[in-house]
Amino acid sequence: MRFFGTIVLASLLIAAGIAVRSLAGEIPPSERRSGYSFMGRDLKAMQDEDTANPGMLGVLDGEALWKKKAGAAGKACADCHNDASSSMKGVAARYPAYDKALGRPVNLEQRINLCRVRHQEADPLPYERHDLLALTAFIAEQSRGMAIAPDTSAELEPFVTRGHDFFMKRQGQLNLACTNCHDDNWDKHLAGSAVTQAMPNGYPIYRLEWQSLGSLQRRLRNCITGMRAQNFDFGAPELVELELYLMTRARGMTIETPAVRP
Amino acid sequence: MAAALINVPKKAKRGDVIEIKTLISHIMETGYRRTAEGKAIPRDIITNFTCRYNGEEIFRADLFPATAANPFISFFTIATESGKFDFEWIGDNGFSATASATISVE
Repeated sequence: MRFFGTIVLASLLIAAGIAVRSLAGEIPPSERRSGYSFMGRDLKAMQDEDTANPGMLGVLDGEALWKKKAGAAGKACADCHNDASSSMKGVAARYPAYDKALGRPVNLEQRINLCRVRHQEADPLPYERHDLLALTAFIAEQSRGMAIAPDTSAELEPFVTRGHDFFMKRQGQLNLACTNCHDDNWDKHLAGSAVTQAMPNGYPIYRLEWQSLGSLQRRLRNCITGMRAQNFDFGAPELVELELYLMTRARGMTIETPAVRP
Repeated sequence: MAAALINVPKKAKRGDVIEIKTLISHIMETGYRRTAEGKAIPRDIITNFTCRYNGEEIFRADLFPATAANPFISFFTIATESGKFDFEWIGDNGFSATASATISVE
């Protein structure tokens, strides 16, 4: 009897263990879904056609900025990097990347601004201003259709770990972690909207709610506000670390920039 | 000049019904919103859009504050002859933008 009881208890523990693992685990590659797949037919059509996708207006502006001289050095992006379609291909698929001088990862927006300060001798562009979003969208669009391939160098590892810890940590007045929605309940709805898997494969996105282009950090800050947690400023190391983790989590997914989202 | 994206088929058969799609960059500020300090944000919208096919007006639309930013306008016409489509957007604060596209009809 006692032996039988032990078996029952053991099988219960195993069952509970499996249940716990299936809740806290990362989404397996075969089940990873872009935010695109959660959208309706009309929005998909809007993203699919370049002349209907308002994000492409930003890409056009970004292309003009790429060729425009700026700063005391009187140089344009194109003066060093030449044709973006070859020089910037794949860049967005591996960012955020490690900056040796700063000793920490920087995202694409920050890299553009570092380039402006270091090489163009120009002022950095403010976060979420159209010019920075347009330039980022233009650069990221060069990687459209490519698979996300994050930098796996050892110096980035501690930052990825910190981003992962942030993703898993319960916080805010609602006591939620990113993982509670985006790993465990991505197939459900929240107030009629799909929860989705929080895949960063289309940024900067044209979000209908914003009626403009917006960065991944803007989206992250939205979510953090929604959790009623302490928010971070644009460009904060914590947000870059989270971006970095999200990119490793989305490894192999296709870049859709400029994606359309509801 | 505001960026605009136009989608007109390059070729069509005479008598074909063709779809024309236009997208223009504009904030479409309604005039009903206020800043965090309570100051009214003045209206700034596109008020009128026209399309001419070889000089003849074939489509016209009035736009109002309820239109979302970056208006996307799509409509149909019959391909009658080769030539040019001219598009014009007019709006508040002297806003004016033009674009054109050509079609060859066989």
